[in-house]
Amino acid sequence: MTSERLLLSGDDAVALAALHAGVRLGTGYPGTPSTEILETFDQLGGRAQWSPNEKVALEVGMGTAFAGARTLVTMKHVGLNVAADPLFTAAYTDIEGGLIIVSADDPGMASSQNEQDNRHYAQAAALPMLEPIDSQQAYDFTWLGFEISERWKIPVILRLTTRVCHSKTIVHPRGAAAETPEPAFQRNIPSRVMIPAYAKPAHHRLRQKIAEIAAWNAAEGPIRLDEGSPALGIVATGIAAVHAREAAPEARQLTIGLTYPLPMERIRAFAEGVERLVVIEEGDPVLLDTLRAAGLPAEGKPEMYRFGELNVARVRRILAGDVSPEPVPPKGKPPELCQGCSHRSVFQVLKDLDCIVAGDIGCYTLGVLPPFSAMDTCVCMGASIGVGLGMRHVLPEDQARRVVSVIGDSTFVHSGITGLAEMVYNPPATGHLVLILDNGTTAMTGQQEHPGTGRLLDHSPTGKISFEALAEAMGVQNVHVVSAQDKEQSLQDLIAGLLAKPETSLVVTRQPCVLAAPKIRFYEKAAAEQASETHCPAETAD
Amino acid sequence: MTKVKNVVIAGLGGQGVLKASDILADAAFRAGFDVKKSELHGMSQRGGSVSSDVRFGDRVLSPMVPPGEADVLLVLEETQIEINRPTLKPGGVLIGPDVLNAAALKNKKSLNVALLGAVSTVLDIPEEQWLAAMYANLAEKLHTINEQAFALGRSAAIERKAADQ
Ligand SMILES: Cc1ncc(C[n+]2csc(CCOP(=O)(O)OP(=O)(O)O)c2C)c(N)n1
Ligand code: SF4
Repeated sequence: MTSERLLLSGDDAVALAALHAGVRLGTGYPGTPSTEILETFDQLGGRAQWSPNEKVALEVGMGTAFAGARTLVTMKHVGLNVAADPLFTAAYTDIEGGLIIVSADDPGMASSQNEQDNRHYAQAAALPMLEPIDSQQAYDFTWLGFEISERWKIPVILRLTTRVCHSKTIVHPRGAAAETPEPAFQRNIPSRVMIPAYAKPAHHRLRQKIAEIAAWNAAEGPIRLDEGSPALGIVATGIAAVHAREAAPEARQLTIGLTYPLPMERIRAFAEGVERLVVIEEGDPVLLDTLRAAGLPAEGKPEMYRFGELNVARVRRILAGDVSPEPVPPKGKPPELCQGCSHRSVFQVLKDLDCIVAGDIGCYTLGVLPPFSAMDTCVCMGASIGVGLGMRHVLPEDQARRVVSVIGDSTFVHSGITGLAEMVYNPPATGHLVLILDNGTTAMTGQQEHPGTGRLLDHSPTGKISFEALAEAMGVQNVHVVSAQDKEQSLQDLIAGLLAKPETSLVVTRQPCVLAAPKIRFYEKAAAEQASETHCPAETAD
Repeated sequence: MTKVKNVVIAGLGGQGVLKASDILADAAFRAGFDVKKSELHGMSQRGGSVSSDVRFGDRVLSPMVPPGEADVLLVLEETQIEINRPTLKPGGVLIGPDVLNAAALKNKKSLNVALLGAVSTVLDIPEEQWLAAMYANLAEKLHTINEQAFALGRSAAIERKAADQ
């Protein structure tokens, strides 16, 4: 440890630790509250890239880890659903370089469509899970995660929550690691090719690894014991541990850092020394259920506290068994589409045409709020296209003709392309219309680049996907691009015309997000200047 | 253990609430305290209500100020006062945008820093740490204008205190 003292968010602490631990590649897809990890890692000089979605990010990360490089893959909680397919089988493989998968959960849904508890994934996939309580632990557990990952050749999930990601607390960093090994290919077919013949022994190996890690966790894992009266014993994880410490400073408390596989012997010994054993955990009763299944007389929280975040006041109520209604926090001002936002005119048209709108996730989801109220469904990224097609398949014709799927540019690349394939392959009798609201950025999460912008995470130029060329190549019958100069009226006429045809159609509305536009102009100018420097006439002459 | 100081800063997206809490947290950090600062990002860019908690002292546990325990509540926008009032403890200090004459600000955008100037009169953090934190958290071209704003807020609060006594 150095004498340096920093005030860092949990996200920034993970990025700094990744840099110090010698991570060779950080991959991920933006999503609050995880986004800043890769952005900071890039700013600190690390190599970071956005993938089109979380599944691809994890697959790239598996490749780098197989090749012996320390790797960080970041996403928000729902991103792990997208990456779940590689996740479960990655658990069976032996990796070389340490692989940490950050799952940034959002209890309380500050900026998410659900508050799923990704601790279930650790149990379900049998992957070690570390849960820091603050930025110092976010830093330390990133290091520890690589150590566990490399020792047992297993991916490790670092589960953060919104309050850990976005709270700033003090961090004493260790400083940079000595050299990390150079990546090199080593053939290891039985532990990397998951055909049944190899996967069957691999599953046994995985369970063996988990048993060993559990024993290590009990013997020397990251567990903190706060002494206190034996009248009340608290077992806590994550940010809930600091709330608990503040709510009940007199209690004896065991805070568990590696929450899967659990250090059961330690917890059992702790339980035996206290009169009342209470589990303080945010979200689902994951820890509670495990302790009870092990026969420990643990108390959990009343069901009402499963919803939303915990805080000091709620932990006090849990400890007091208080189930009286909680004071309702006063409603603040809801967010709205910025003045001048390019999404506004599109939703005005959809409203005027009385469309049935299968929506998607992004800034444009705010089209559901007044004055537009022009969105009828929103489930997960990419769902707009499938949901719209499904409605078209079964609704009476007059209603089916009003169905439109609306999707943002980043969301389209993330998981809309397969929806477009479905539209071409299984077209409804009335046809269908997909609108891509291309504002040149991933606005919702703070303006990240994606494969449709033609710029990398650090905003330098790269290859660019053309949505219209893609749709044409896929066989969509009508493909149109409407630019900023076009008037609302012409967009309305175009959409009305396409809705009347029993054909498949895609309209790309292209106008930059007003908040991102100045930066986009700046990046484009910088790229143009660089291009003219590298292609000076003297060079191109030969 | 000395008591932890709890400050809540609130306003609307785009007003610089988070920047103000960054500066406050950094000033307390520079003054040698344990500090935790917490907020919810996300939709704040789109003009919705935003608030941020800063706690400092010998040792801070939870990063969130429990309801009814804020020593100081700073609100950048009149309409946000009532919805945030429940965070204030009985006898806590409320500082609203009316403590100073906003028209005297050279740049409206520095209201957040001006109000921090007012807050600085009720917190035990030396002025040089406030200034150092401000410089560290703002682009250099904004330093002069925000220095003036900070001084304006600070003197307005001092005058008001004198008048109240
Ligand atoms: C699986 C998953 N990953 C990430 C997110 C976070 N997220 C929500 S919308 C969105 C993208 C929004 O960008 P875009 O579609 O371009 O719309 P815009 O916000 O620019 O209008 C992201 C990354 C999510 N909700 N689900
Ligand atoms: S940030 Fe951009 S996309 Fe989002 S509401 Fe504002 S202008 Fe629209």
